[in-house]
Amino acid sequence: MTVQELPGAAAAYPAFTLRTDPAPLLPDPEPYRVLGLGTDSPLDPELMRRLYEGLVRGRRYNAQATALTKQGRLAVYPSSTGQEACEVAAALVLEKQDWLFPSYRDTLAAVARGLDPVEALTLLRGDWHTGYDPRVHRIAPLCTPLATQLPHAVGLAHAARLAGDDVVALAMVGDGGTSEGDFHEAMNFAAVWQAPVVFLVQNNGFAISVPLAKQTAAPSLAHKAVGYGMPGRLVDGNDAAAVHEVLSEAMLRARSGGGPTLVEAVTYRMEAHTNADDATRYRGDAEVEAWRAHDPVDLLERELTGRGMLDETAIRAVREGAETMAADLRTRMNADPVLDPMDLFAQVYAEQTSQLREQAAMLRTELDAEDER
Amino acid sequence: MTTVAAKPATMAQALQRAMRDAMAEDPRVHVLGEDVGTLGGVFRVTDGLAKEFGEDRCTDTPLAEAGILGTAVGMAMYGLRPVVEMQFDAFAYPAFEQLISHVAKTRNRTRGAMPLPIVVRVPYGGGIGGVEHHSDSSEAYYMATPGLQVVAPATVADAYGLLREAIASDDPVVFLEPKRLYWSKADWSPHPVEPIGRAVVRRTGRSATLITYGPSVPVCLEAAEAAKEEGWDLEVVDLRSLVPFDDETVCASVRRTGRAVVVHESAGFGGPGGEIAARVTERCFHHLEAPVLRVAGFDIPYPPPMLERHHLPGVDRVLDAVARLQWEV
Ligand SMILES: Cc1ncc(C[n+]2csc(CCOP(=O)(O)OP(=O)(O)O)c2C)c(N)n1
Repeated sequence: MTVQELPGAAAAYPAFTLRTDPAPLLPDPEPYRVLGLGTDSPLDPELMRRLYEGLVRGRRYNAQATALTKQGRLAVYPSSTGQEACEVAAALVLEKQDWLFPSYRDTLAAVARGLDPVEALTLLRGDWHTGYDPRVHRIAPLCTPLATQLPHAVGLAHAARLAGDDVVALAMVGDGGTSEGDFHEAMNFAAVWQAPVVFLVQNNGFAISVPLAKQTAAPSLAHKAVGYGMPGRLVDGNDAAAVHEVLSEAMLRARSGGGPTLVEAVTYRMEAHTNADDATRYRGDAEVEAWRAHDPVDLLERELTGRGMLDETAIRAVREGAETMAADLRTRMNADPVLDPMDLFAQVYAEQTSQLREQAAMLRTELDAEDER
Repeated sequence: MTTVAAKPATMAQALQRAMRDAMAEDPRVHVLGEDVGTLGGVFRVTDGLAKEFGEDRCTDTPLAEAGILGTAVGMAMYGLRPVVEMQFDAFAYPAFEQLISHVAKTRNRTRGAMPLPIVVRVPYGGGIGGVEHHSDSSEAYYMATPGLQVVAPATVADAYGLLREAIASDDPVVFLEPKRLYWSKADWSPHPVEPIGRAVVRRTGRSATLITYGPSVPVCLEAAEAAKEEGWDLEVVDLRSLVPFDDETVCASVRRTGRAVVVHESAGFGGPGGEIAARVTERCFHHLEAPVLRVAGFDIPYPPPMLERHHLPGVDRVLDAVARLQWEV
């Protein structure tokens, strides 16, 4: 029953129109799964191959980026190890014309969408805030303040629909981010406007040190959708096939005018929040180990091998491909980026102010003096 | 107040000690914020408080700055003295509505019936190589809001003493903690310091006054040392408190030296330096041998870490400004 359908509601509030389409908004009672159920439900071999390759490369990418922090080549890296199924599936459900709105943890989704790994890492290396042209790749800048990218995704999707374009926006956020006011406002706007947007919450158990139980008292984060009037889906975030299926359905729904969906993917952050965080302060090894047994890469590999869709040769080929990608990333990240400090003034305004011209001249003088020394 | 033997401590530890001592003395003092409990804060400033005082006194909140500060307003209305941690400068912005419309105005709106004794701790400023949104200097926004006190410690002793003062204050205080000084050390024991609103002369000199606060204080002290070579004897005034502003100490210094440079790392245009230079000029015009100069961060969004050294005002820029104070030979 919706609020408008309460007995007497119509009489008490004659201006209210009754909602006559109470869609099945409530989320699945259990996270939706596809892999490891022993069923012989058909899996699309071509899609599975792409997912598998994406996961293996993603795992290797995370490991390489983490190693680069240890070598001082990256200032910081929030790893998505353990969450690769969400990252890769999110990228693979997008059509070319769609938009991705990632958070700081979603470098991998951007790379899986086709962004150059080095360009995707500039924010975290520290040479520039966004290393790519968002319009070219249809990937919004990786967003550091929590949940602030969500209203952007709604606005973009809304604008695209007003223009009559076939564009869906997929916005990613963490479990902690769902507590921010911007999350609420984005959800509400999206539902009221029926914007073609899909929200993917990666519930990885923690917001830095704070566990989900201290973040929300809701039965699940997917339940939050109900109050806004959009469907909420709950999915096993380590099951790449399931995440892909649920996200694809949500994308299709948005594309065909059905409005937004909130997808909660239940997953786990295997590493600390970033390399600067000490996870031993707030969680024990047992929990981490339990999740290791439900690893997204192993899960998919086991299933595909079991079904005869993957053999040793194919696995080796995919791993070698991942190694090549990692080696290339290492080499390119080991070169010092060439920076021009004068860039500081280049893009503050479309037209530089006289104050900035003055400050640029001052820096130029300082740099020239440095060069002479 | 409990006293312990003097031992080297970091600014982060001094801040932690201030909260601990305040909580031990006054059960109304509560600490809340993101990760302040089990983790002890991302800078470990609240380390151990949850263990010692329980989760009701030192609370990991849901991740929502407007919610954190908004609930702190209600807690203060009910007689508690909340100390709120904003995880980083730029993440305090979602809480601006609460800060500007409620925290700053409630005493005034209620004709004094409902003061709000809230401390908002904000790790602020650059110089630690943080990614985007982790290095803002937001003091000008706070200063521009009547009803807020705005303070920034520069020494370990002040970190303790000023935070105790802030928690004891019946008015809201935005407490700016210079991130890059968190690990600065001093031989130190908890002791009272000059009250909020009082500036301190950190180094006496005759040639000119450097007016500064927070993370720029050590820069100015270093510049003053370096300036000796040029024959300049620089005085360094540490403001400690931007609101209230200590006109008296600042102007007494400028009248003695006749020259002044304001140094801070936030943007210069519309920044704190403009207000300070104007006040000094209004009060000391006939004593000034030169216009009051400003050395500030550029008027740009905070740059990526690999370029931040070009943005942050360092010793050389301070000395260049001093050199421009029209010296007579
Ligand atoms: C508005 C805002 N407040 C605080 C932070 C600091 N911060 C960065 S990541 C993080 C935890 C986020 O947790 P979650 O949303 O669950 O995402 P996860 O990191 O687990 O992927 C916090 C508190 C921030 N980036 N933005």
